[in-house]
Amino acid sequence: MSETASMWEKLGFRKASGVSEAGWGQTLFAGLISLIYFLPVLLIIITSFKLQTEALAIPPKFIPTHLFGLIPDAYVFTPTLENYTSVFSRSMTAGAAAENTGFDRYFFNSIVIASVSVFLALIIGTLAAFGFSRYPLKGNDTYLFVILTTRMLPAIVVIIPVILMFRITGLSGSYLGIIMLYTAFNLPFTIWMMKSFFDELSLDVEDAARLDGSSDVKVFFKICLPQVIAGLAATFVFGLILTWNEFLFALLLTGVDTRTVPVGMSQAVAGGGIGVLWGLLAAIETLFLIPVFFVTFFLQDHLLRGVTFGTVKR
Amino acid sequence: MNPITTAPPPTLFTPTPDNWKLAIMIGLIVAVLAMILLPPAVSFWSVGAMAAMVAASFVVNAYRRYYYGGLLVAPAIAVLVVMNIFPLLWSLGLSFFAYQSNQQTIRFVGLANYIKVLADELKAPENWANLTNTAMFVVLTVTTQMIMGFLLALMFAKQFPLRKYLLILVLTPMMLSVVAAGVFFSYYYDPTFGLLSYFIRIFSGQQFILMDNKAGAVAGIVFADAWMWSPFVMLLVLAGLVSVPKYLYEAAAIDRVSGWRQFWSITFPYIRGLLMLALLFRTIEAFKMADLVILLTKGGNGTMTISYHLIRIANEQNKTSEGAAISYVMLFIVIVLTNLYLYIANRRTVEPAHE
Repeated sequence: MSETASMWEKLGFRKASGVSEAGWGQTLFAGLISLIYFLPVLLIIITSFKLQTEALAIPPKFIPTHLFGLIPDAYVFTPTLENYTSVFSRSMTAGAAAENTGFDRYFFNSIVIASVSVFLALIIGTLAAFGFSRYPLKGNDTYLFVILTTRMLPAIVVIIPVILMFRITGLSGSYLGIIMLYTAFNLPFTIWMMKSFFDELSLDVEDAARLDGSSDVKVFFKICLPQVIAGLAATFVFGLILTWNEFLFALLLTGVDTRTVPVGMSQAVAGGGIGVLWGLLAAIETLFLIPVFFVTFFLQDHLLRGVTFGTVKR
Repeated sequence: MNPITTAPPPTLFTPTPDNWKLAIMIGLIVAVLAMILLPPAVSFWSVGAMAAMVAASFVVNAYRRYYYGGLLVAPAIAVLVVMNIFPLLWSLGLSFFAYQSNQQTIRFVGLANYIKVLADELKAPENWANLTNTAMFVVLTVTTQMIMGFLLALMFAKQFPLRKYLLILVLTPMMLSVVAAGVFFSYYYDPTFGLLSYFIRIFSGQQFILMDNKAGAVAGIVFADAWMWSPFVMLLVLAGLVSVPKYLYEAAAIDRVSGWRQFWSITFPYIRGLLMLALLFRTIEAFKMADLVILLTKGGNGTMTISYHLIRIANEQNKTSEGAAISYVMLFIVIVLTNLYLYIANRRTVEPAHE
């Protein structure tokens, strides 16, 4: 243990195990790398404030202010919010009145479908992972492998039987159908991921609790689950991101009422025959990014805490 | 660890909730009757209800017998069977028929689709070329992602001021929709108004076209894909890195173990499982790569992947069964590959996974 309490501990941050300290030098280095890495996203966000002519200008206009005359005129654009308003309502044909584009509905659909299916997958998948980890079945590895296999084929192969199945059962275009499909889509990763976390836990604490008379249910909720919070958070984030941006299933299996944003986005890109409307696409993507961005940001603490509960490793 | 119960197993005709044999019998009878007598939509749901009844009796039975493994796994298996495995088997069946989704006729042809895909003089060379391209993409993208993700994770494995805010910046590319990312990369790579060619023009004075040869096109796609998915590898590795108990490093420091040795004997065992998981899922995803290829090159300049070829055949040309055959060849390759991974992963495990 270090003798002097670090700045982080003074601020009340708990130090995660295995995380060593570094100073502002590291911040500078990591900040540079992170900014370079973030640059393409930053350019999308900047583009969302530009009109079409400015988006295609050469040299690229990359900054909204002159910075007191430091930046020459050629590189400066005037920021506009027009793209953001036209995400939700714009005139579809030249000269026509502005009409609702339906994107408010698409955003609602994306949020409902992604969050419900990821939560379902997390609940079902965590239970299954715990089962695979602690109560191995006959042919445990075979089950796990078959589960993995379902993710190996391109979606296009599964899609035709699924379309037929949904048409017969009346599930196509309904929330239930797409949510079930996405739950199944998320399960393999959830199970494999959570199993690898459960496998890492030490069994000593669990056995001790059992000897003290705790039931298996209590052992799961009180001892195992708190130790894999990091894993749950990571799995949730990954599942959310994959489901949020899933395109092919959404394109073919959602109806007018259940359409999600990626489908709406691809239609907005293709529409009109006048080339890509860069500002509009960037505005949709920026808006679409915000919810996942904040969910990830708020789960980050859990994501990085690591396993701090029982470190009595086998 | 569980108490062993000695309750007598129910005989076939005792109507208790845990008598799954009786449940299966009733379920089968009702299901067959429903399929014969009722319209498809109704019969689907009644068969579903029967399946649920059988499942419920299995659950009660398992619970009474402390058979927790089966109990915990069952819901996941049920969802996967209905939504994934059943459609997969359906398309496996279709691969033995001549069927086009825009036509009514269906005819059994045995292995003809597979022979056409693998050995036909006109079609096979194209498929093999696409498969080689895919293998190239898998190797290039997965290697780049693993290296970049690992280095990024090492960078973030220390605690430093503002770490939280920098980490979220690095994670953002993964959150982009692939449609938007692909379209915007084509914008950055564009020879006339793209940023990349603009900056190169400043230095070389000439117009720069990235996508006009195979190497450039491949590099462009690999870069975009690696950029999007390195954060995935990073996050998994990071989760492993922060879970290493600190006392191990302290003990190593006391024993003056070198950094290299420390990494291999302390850090690596903790992240090996997660590295393997990242490798596994990225390889599987890379095999399915089509979106970026469609958006960036439309398969030109030798960047056609087998997955994009499959989308063309199955979706645009409606050759459902030929597409199914191709995808099962793909599945075979991926299964061999994953088994190889898992074999290596398990062989490297010094201590057996606990039961």
